[in-house]
Amino acid sequence: MALDQSFVGRSYPPTDPYEVGREKIREFAVAVGDANPVYTDPDAAKAFGHMDVIAPPTFVFAITFTAASQVIEDPQLGLDYSRVVHGDQKFAYTRPVRAGDRLSVTSTIEAVKSMAGNDIIDIRGEVHDETGEHVVTAWTKLVSRAPEEA
Amino acid sequence: MTAQIQYADVEVGTELPSGSFPVTRATLVRYAGASGDFNPIHWNEKFAKEVGLPDVIAHGMFTMAEAIRVVTDWVGDPGAVVEYGVRFTKPVAVPNDERGAVIEVSAKVAVKLDDNRVRVDLTAMSADQKVLGMSRAVVQLG
Repeated sequence: MALDQSFVGRSYPPTDPYEVGREKIREFAVAVGDANPVYTDPDAAKAFGHMDVIAPPTFVFAITFTAASQVIEDPQLGLDYSRVVHGDQKFAYTRPVRAGDRLSVTSTIEAVKSMAGNDIIDIRGEVHDETGEHVVTAWTKLVSRAPEEA
Repeated sequence: MTAQIQYADVEVGTELPSGSFPVTRATLVRYAGASGDFNPIHWNEKFAKEVGLPDVIAHGMFTMAEAIRVVTDWVGDPGAVVEYGVRFTKPVAVPNDERGAVIEVSAKVAVKLDDNRVRVDLTAMSADQKVLGMSRAVVQLG
């Protein structure tokens, strides 16, 4: 089922702030096996000029993808999430995410396409801190695969 | 924002130290908890096979997280990563044994940009297949 082109450009309201915790960053760093002390030791982070421990580059995806669920689950859009796979992912950082950040995400549908029966949607998530400063932008391409022929 | 690698010291073609990242079923359960992605294709073999996958597969975002470690280990400060993008080309199948799968990552400097930045192109392989495509990072050097 082709998605409605009129959704291109639609933005969703900013999410409630997500507060980034030191222990959540530590948990994520351990889960990806990364022992860089900048993720767990505030002094190591400060040695690089950061105010507190920073998060690994892909940490913010958990926040932007939760925000993108507003789009994915929008009944008017009608995306079949049970058939969705992650196509591409990109981040552009103004600064790294750090402990203590209160981050809000604004999601926008950048493109909607149908190719060979697959529905493809590009979602941009703009992440700002509580002072309104830009932290990172995440671009997520999702592909809803065409049903197999019966 | 001190980076340990100096822009003047790298050339197009400079190779970064490569990385080899093991992933077992236990790794995926831990990553699911840390990331909040509990899609059963990453931990339930029966479910994964029912939806046409060869086995339980690693989270694409797990592979993306491992690949950039080659860059962050090289520069020291992960805050030096200015941009990072990948395409998920093949899933990493993770068998139910102690060995699991291994993600092999290599990287080299592809372009020297303005403002002491470089573009690093990454290659991520598992079981002789390229699991990431268009995998690129822009990194701020000193």
